[in-house]
Amino acid sequence: MSEITFTTPEFRVRVDRDACRRCGRCVHQCGWGVYRRSGDGEYPLPDHSRCVACHRCVTFCPEAALTIERHPLAYKESDSLSPELRKAIWRQAETGGVMLTGMGNDRPYLRVFDHLLLDACQVTNPSIDPLREPMELRTHLGRKPDSVEVDMVASDGPLLVSELDRQLILETPILFGGMSYGSVSLNVHRALAMAAKELGTYMNTGEGGLHAELEPYQDHIIVQCASGRFGVDSEYLQAGAAVEIKIGQGAKPGIGGHLPGEKIDLQVSVTRMIPQGTDALSPAPHHDIYSIEDLRQLVYAIKEATGYKPVSVKIACVHNVAAIASGVVRAGADIVYLDGFRGGTGAAPVIVRDHVGIPVEIALAVVDQRLRDEGIRNRASIVAAGGIRSSADVAKAIALGADACAIGTAALVALGCHLCQKCHTGRCSWGICTQRPELTRRLDPEWGAERVVNLVRAWSHEIAEVLGALGVNAIESLRGSRERLRSLGLDQTTGELLGVKPAGLGH
Amino acid sequence: MAGYTWSTHPERTISTGPMGGLPLPGTRTPDLGPRPAYGPEAPERILGGCGLMGVCDESGQRMSGEVAIRSMASMHDRGNGLGGGFAGYGIYPEFADCFCFHLLYNDEMAQEDTEYYLGRHFLTVAEEPIPTKPVRGIEDEPLLMRYFLDIAPERLEETRLSAEDYVVHAVMDVNSYIDGAFVASSGKNMGAFKGVGFPEEIGEFYRLDEYEGWTWTGHGRFPTNTPGWWGGAHPFVLLDYSIVHNGEISSYGINRRYLEAFGYKCTLRTDTEVVTYLFDLMLRRQGLPVEMACRALASPFWSEIDRMPEPQRRLFTALRMVYGPALLNGPFAVVLGMGEGMVALNDRIKLRPLVAARDGCRVFVASEESAIREICPRPEASWMPKAGEPVIARLVRSDPAGSEAAGQAAPTAGNAPAGESAWTKKVGSAGEVAAR
Repeated sequence: MSEITFTTPEFRVRVDRDACRRCGRCVHQCGWGVYRRSGDGEYPLPDHSRCVACHRCVTFCPEAALTIERHPLAYKESDSLSPELRKAIWRQAETGGVMLTGMGNDRPYLRVFDHLLLDACQVTNPSIDPLREPMELRTHLGRKPDSVEVDMVASDGPLLVSELDRQLILETPILFGGMSYGSVSLNVHRALAMAAKELGTYMNTGEGGLHAELEPYQDHIIVQCASGRFGVDSEYLQAGAAVEIKIGQGAKPGIGGHLPGEKIDLQVSVTRMIPQGTDALSPAPHHDIYSIEDLRQLVYAIKEATGYKPVSVKIACVHNVAAIASGVVRAGADIVYLDGFRGGTGAAPVIVRDHVGIPVEIALAVVDQRLRDEGIRNRASIVAAGGIRSSADVAKAIALGADACAIGTAALVALGCHLCQKCHTGRCSWGICTQRPELTRRLDPEWGAERVVNLVRAWSHEIAEVLGALGVNAIESLRGSRERLRSLGLDQTTGELLGVKPAGLGH
Repeated sequence: MAGYTWSTHPERTISTGPMGGLPLPGTRTPDLGPRPAYGPEAPERILGGCGLMGVCDESGQRMSGEVAIRSMASMHDRGNGLGGGFAGYGIYPEFADCFCFHLLYNDEMAQEDTEYYLGRHFLTVAEEPIPTKPVRGIEDEPLLMRYFLDIAPERLEETRLSAEDYVVHAVMDVNSYIDGAFVASSGKNMGAFKGVGFPEEIGEFYRLDEYEGWTWTGHGRFPTNTPGWWGGAHPFVLLDYSIVHNGEISSYGINRRYLEAFGYKCTLRTDTEVVTYLFDLMLRRQGLPVEMACRALASPFWSEIDRMPEPQRRLFTALRMVYGPALLNGPFAVVLGMGEGMVALNDRIKLRPLVAARDGCRVFVASEESAIREICPRPEASWMPKAGEPVIARLVRSDPAGSEAAGQAAPTAGNAPAGESAWTKKVGSAGEVAAR
């Protein structure tokens, strides 16, 4: 009985034999081993159970002969124990293991962004045409004072007396979230670094160190220092425009990371500074940060080591996020990076990804308000991440109080990711979340950079349209302006937490 | 009692208000607890289009309020009769050192509560009904009172507040917590006169032709979505900062939240009050020179900043970075009256009209040139100020020609660290001289 499995295929692959000219491209393209042939020139025979619906074969089939369908196999209906849950039970009964998955939470929780609506001008104040008038999206991330001192009697005009802290300057309020080299391929890092430079924004190394080849882009790179300290030395810290201390990740708050040894090839090993083929284990906490005062020490140690570059602290959105963020700001962070429970991951236990944390929309709203209540909002910028899917989400997050939004999954989707959620297997047919050379070479970094640049430019244009409709011409006039949002179909308490009135209420 | 934050020192949270809470009689216990971002005090915000004017005699020579009335009357059609108002400076020389509170009361109960409150916190030097006369078209006026107030030095010691902060607290308390009472103005040697009606009617009603001041500003409203409310007419005043405003602040939401973090309470159902509070914050509490405050509130575009020489680029970048949440976005023309003079400012792409003129020591601004010509038929110069470029008139008695064009450095406007500019002091004393 041991080889019997109760789990059934999720998808069914159909090969249109009238169209297929038996070229075998699907066999080569599929990283999952779906197709095999009895010989050259034969029709491909799909093994449905291996298909993940990544569409690699469909995209590259020259005759459009392939279709992937949801498998029609019926299960006895039960709203309680869905087929997915039954399959999980069977799989765990077979293996005794923790269920792993990739990407972000896909459960049908309330999507707060989809219950928020933006305002627009009519009559009493004019909307502004972004094609005719300047629309300013430039954003500075970092600590700001409450006021500035100006010397008005200086001989060559007014002069700034105050010394301001260093800032990250973004030409659009969108940056890339941390995705480590090791979990994603070097070509992904190359593409994102090129795109960041082109766009005037920043990519983030994630916790896997900085490959030597990315040095030319270091002014547009945030280097991450996570609990495993992979690739961290003083040179690394000084290489980036800013340093991010990763405390937690939205997809897996409170737990560490595990990059399997198979993904640690020579290049990854050199970059991470660990032996080739060993598992890269990131501890759940930083073992030198067991409390907020320890965080403060690390923040200032990094500032000292880098000549006071901005330090970002990335935390997962958990229940007490407002108080935690306040502590993080008081510990000296210049940027608080809030990663919501829909954030992506290269690998996480299903139970954590799907059931731990809170939405970034709500976390962002309560953190922004908390920092204002404490009079320390100017001391740190807020980056919202974890479930930013569109320019509308960016605009709404900024209206709720974010200084900028970080995207990870959306950038990968631009590079070809089809959200098959199999990142943890390292067999990505699109060459994104894998280290296999025959797969990683499928992603041309320049082609990828162009696509990511196109995506962020398109979103920036859309944000400019929204600003124009709102009758403002600078992103700072939308930032935190919750008066320009209304909620539709949210309960009263959530509306109050968001500081957003229900639709229908005027000013 | 729940606490609220007054952030003269950003980290200090005071468990009860620094005024010790409101000692009100009866059951109307004030709620000092945390307030929602929106609440019953602001069910609707008033939007509007308007006409406005301002005139300032930089030499401190005083002129009759009739001038302002006449100027506003020429712009009759810019309002719809649902609000008019004026602010005059230098009008109370005999009480120049007192804070003058103009109060609007819905009923005697509000008056009783407010007078009890003021009596607890201030020394009343004089009080009287504001003189008015019946005018056709002006009806349902509230009870109108004015009080000339001093603050006992021990109260300031007790609360560790400056006299100005103390007054700000009192204004916020009365406006937020006493039903039916509204502080229309609270500055020294100045007053705001406003109500529901056309501005020329309001001016006549308040008998402004009987006052003499060196600065006058005026306003006629065209509110678009709320019935007229006496408190909702312009100018909006805090201490001696008065604002008349034509336009709409599309960035109101964030401006308000920014101000709330500094302890201001925006309860007046209008976007205009944020302009007043922003000037109070930047000029008085943070000691920012007025040119710089204007450049922060209607900042140049990044494309322009990027082309500036390095020291200026640094300065303007810092202003935008730090004061981004204070940026006033959307169409506006405002005239700020203050003890030291008058400032007129347009939004950064000039979506509302503003004309300026100069004749001798007098600087004029108005929505329409005709309103200036009405009171000064042949000015030496008149011009359309550029978007975001302030027109600044400075009261300098010793130097009648001492005004500065927009953007030029003013030698007297140093940036004093204690939150009060050297300029304030200097001109403050000039005002006192004028008063005597």
